[in-house]
Order: sequence, then structure tokens, then C-alpha cells
Amino acid sequence: MLQVSHVTKKFGGVKAVDDFSFNVKKGTIHSIIGPNGAGKTTLVNMITGVYKVDSGTVFLDGSDITNLATNKLVHRGVCRTFQHLEICGNLTVIENVMLGFDKYMDKNILRSCFRASSILEDEKRYFKRGMHLLDLIGLADFADFEAKNLSYGILKKLEIIRALATSPEVMLLDEPVAGLNPKETQEVSELIKTVVADELTVILVEHDMKMIMQISDHITVMNFGQKLAEGTPSEIVNNEEVIKAYLGSGALNGK
Amino acid sequence: MLKRYNINNQILLLTGILIIIPFFFQNDFYYEIAILSILNALIVIGLNLLMGYAGQVSLGHGAFAGLGAYISVVLTSNYGLNPLLSIFISVVIMGLLAFIISKPILKLKGHYLAMATLGIGIIINIILEVEEEFTGGVDGMSVDSFVVFGYELSDSIDWYILCAVLLVFAIWAFENLIKSPFGRLLRSIHDSEKAADSVGIDVSYYKSIVFVISVVIATIAGSLYAFFSGFISPQEASFTHSIELVVMVVLGGLGRVYGALFGAVILTVLPQLLTSFEDYETMVFGMIIIAVMIFMPKGIVSLFDKVVKKKEQSNASS
Repeated sequence: MLQVSHVTKKFGGVKAVDDFSFNVKKGTIHSIIGPNGAGKTTLVNMITGVYKVDSGTVFLDGSDITNLATNKLVHRGVCRTFQHLEICGNLTVIENVMLGFDKYMDKNILRSCFRASSILEDEKRYFKRGMHLLDLIGLADFADFEAKNLSYGILKKLEIIRALATSPEVMLLDEPVAGLNPKETQEVSELIKTVVADELTVILVEHDMKMIMQISDHITVMNFGQKLAEGTPSEIVNNEEVIKAYLGSGALNGK
Repeated sequence: MLKRYNINNQILLLTGILIIIPFFFQNDFYYEIAILSILNALIVIGLNLLMGYAGQVSLGHGAFAGLGAYISVVLTSNYGLNPLLSIFISVVIMGLLAFIISKPILKLKGHYLAMATLGIGIIINIILEVEEEFTGGVDGMSVDSFVVFGYELSDSIDWYILCAVLLVFAIWAFENLIKSPFGRLLRSIHDSEKAADSVGIDVSYYKSIVFVISVVIATIAGSLYAFFSGFISPQEASFTHSIELVVMVVLGGLGRVYGALFGAVILTVLPQLLTSFEDYETMVFGMIIIAVMIFMPKGIVSLFDKVVKKKEQSNASS
């Protein structure tokens, strides 16, 4: 599905990501873990075109998507969320979701000015689909609230739903449960699991080991911009190098 | 459910007011102020789309309106083209110009964007003052009359009707525009460019488009004003005029179509009402603006929100 091969990113003299390669299989949840500063977010930013790749390539289903801009990637089926919330605060919750459908909507200026039927139909259709998505995660009651008035936990979920609205094939989630309480974390992991059930591929960057171990099909461990280990959750918890660099010996006992 | 904005009621009310007020006009001067208010409102509606909705500031729109007006006027007065054709050509030229400069300029943000648009505005103003051969220099030039399909618009009432029709149409079209997916897209750019980018919106393209729309409207309104007043000078393209337009947007209410109308009307009419203060006119004017911004930070149009809210509540409960 997604092949990242030998990508490198330097900031000044520092190699944030150094000759890094990994493959993501279709329909799986592939987690990337590692200590702070290991280069996880940089890697996500390179795949999604926020940073230019210094060297290396990114392939999606065999076609080259290296250095394609974020908004172009959405039209190729790659969508992301952010470590720090990027929600439109002055838009309502449902408007934020409908924004996710933007690429399907008629945005011709003249037709918009004259309230052409295509515009009104789009609004109606995607309003319904947006409400359906909100229903799935129990946010329908908040549909008309301005996003800036809502709690962090709700907005974190909203961001995932908005990304989902672009109907991506690959979704990159950068720390989707950072700062959430255990209940919210559980809700988000379930959301991610249901997303995958719809044959979607997820790349997950996260620190919450409990969640990672629960939902990942595959884990890649990063340290100092390089790959430390790769494997299934059970292989990773038992990998001594990973324990030394990141997990700590407590993880062996199942925390 | 989605909020259903009753655009048509407001449009009807506006049309009614525009029809009624001429009956209170005692002489041509009233018409002149009304027409100037409406044409300013048109520019401000476009500028508001850029500033209030897409969140991009411009301190050069007075200059764009002025340059657009000059192009129309020069084509008609010096080259004898039909005024409508001149305005059309001017719109095309200004639209292209806006598109070309928007690419590098709109990469800038906040203060830097303000500086860049300010710079362009000043350059335009200087060009208009220096190119005496075409523009008549600082003294300005007289403008041929506005003849459309063999009919010469000379009476103030003709101009008033033309401008009022344009205003009603512009407000209706812009209300529709901002309530469409296009409008939502603009507001998302205002809130978070990263978010807009992440759902597949080509942010820089849409910023350019909005910039072009606002410049085109400024060109049309500026040109009409030149033809109406029969005279144009580089003063139209001055920095002061650009600032005035920005103040109208903010005073009326950022991101509100009717805010633009209120801002433009009040800032055009108020100085006329304050002439009785003579020497203190500017001071009183300044104090009123400061007071409005302190007590109504969301602009004058926010006054009406309370009324509308009350009405909605009583409707909901009945």
C-alpha cells in the first residue's frame, strides 16, 4: 500500500530522519513509536508533504507521491490529523465535518452566488452524511456548537471524523489520544478500529503503549531518526533493544 | 438542523429602505452622499470577503479602486471607448494584475501582508501622480459622461437607481456565496490554513481568487464613482482612502456582509453630519470610532444580533 524507502530529512546538521524505510500493508493499523525527538512527526510530515524530503521516495499503490503537497495528497486518498489540534474554531462542529467533504463539493463561484441547485443539493447531501458520521461517535448533539467552545477531547475526535470525511485510503494520525483521559482514549481507539474495519489503512504515531498494543497490527520503533525494531506488538514488547531505549523494563510485566 | 438564514427578508427590507430614502432627499448633495455610500459599500463588501472571511488584510484597496477607475476613465476620455467597455477592460486588466501579484504577496501573513499591500498601494498612487500624460497628474482629470446604449446617465436619480440595484444584487450574491461550500472554505482558511490544507483545499489558490474578486469589485465601484462625479484625481488611490476602507470593514463588523454596508454608510455620512462641530470635526469623528470599537468590538452590525436572537427565541417558544 504505502512504501516509504530510504527517506532522509536534515535540519541544519541534525538528521531528524535518517535513511528510513518501512512498508504499510493495506487494511492494517501500523504504529510508529519511539522516544520524544525520535523523528516520528517529522516522518509523518515528510509523507504528507509538509516537509520536502531531502532524499528517498514515498510510493502509494506503486505510484510516486514523494513531496506532493498535503492538499494534493488528499485527492490521492492520503489524509492526516495533527499532534496539535487544527480545528476551525469559528465553524460549527457539523461545518468542520462538512469541510472534510470539500473535495466533493461544487465550489463554482457563479453558481454559489446564484444559489444554483447543485450547490444546495451538495449542502443537503453532505450535511446528512456529516450528521451520520457525527452520530457514529455520539457527537450529533454538538453539531451546531461552535468548535472553539468545545472540550479538547471532543475536538480530537472531531479532527479524526473530519479526516474520515475526505474518504481516504490511508490516514495518518499524529498522537490522536495525547492529552485525553482513559475513557476518551478508549473511545478514540474504538473509533480507529471501526475505521479500519472499513478497509482503511492507518498509520498511527502515539505514546500511549496500552492503546498501541491493543489495536496495532504492526509496529515500527524509531530512535534517533533510525529504525530500531519492527514487528507485531508481542515481538516488540519482548525486544530487548526496544525495552532499553523506550519502553523501560516495566513494560515486560504488562504495566 | 442547519441554520436557515432568511436572506430574502433582509434583501426585501434593504430594497424597501433604498426606495424610501430618496423621498427625504432635499437636494443633489443628498444623492451624492447616498451614491458615494453605496459605492464605498460595494468596495467594502469585496474587501470584507478578503479580510473578514478569508482573514487576509489589505491596505491597498483604495489604490486598486483608484487604478481601476483611472484605467476605465483613460480608455473612455482619451481613447473614446464606450464606458461600459472601458470598465470591462479595466476589470480584466485589474483582475489579471491582482492574480499575478497575489501569488507572491499572499504567502505573507499578518503584519507582513499589510506592509506589502501598503507598499503596492503607495506605488500605484505615485504612478498615477507621475504619469501626467495619461492621468493629469496630481490635479486629476475630468471624466467624460457615462453613456450606455445611447442613454446618458446625468441625473443623480439615475445614478442612485443604478447603484442601488448593484448594491442589492451584490449583497444578495455575496450572502449566497458565503453560505455555500465556497464560503465555508474561506472561513476555514481564516481559522486554520493547516486544517484547510489537510482536507484537500488549495489554500493559496483560493486566497488568490478572493483577492481577485475583491479587486474586481473595487475596480467596478471606483470606475462608477469617477464617471458619476465627472472628475478623478490620485486622491482616490491614496493611502488615506485605503485606510478608510479598512476602517469601514472593521467598524461595520468583520465577516458580516451587512456589516460592510453599515461601516460604509456610517463612515461616509458621519463626517457630513459632524460639520457643525467645525474645527473639532475630526476629533469627534475619531472619538466615535474609538467608542464603537470599545463597546462593539464585533462591529456595529452586532447591535442587531441581539434583536434577531430575541426574535428567534420568541419564534421558537411560540
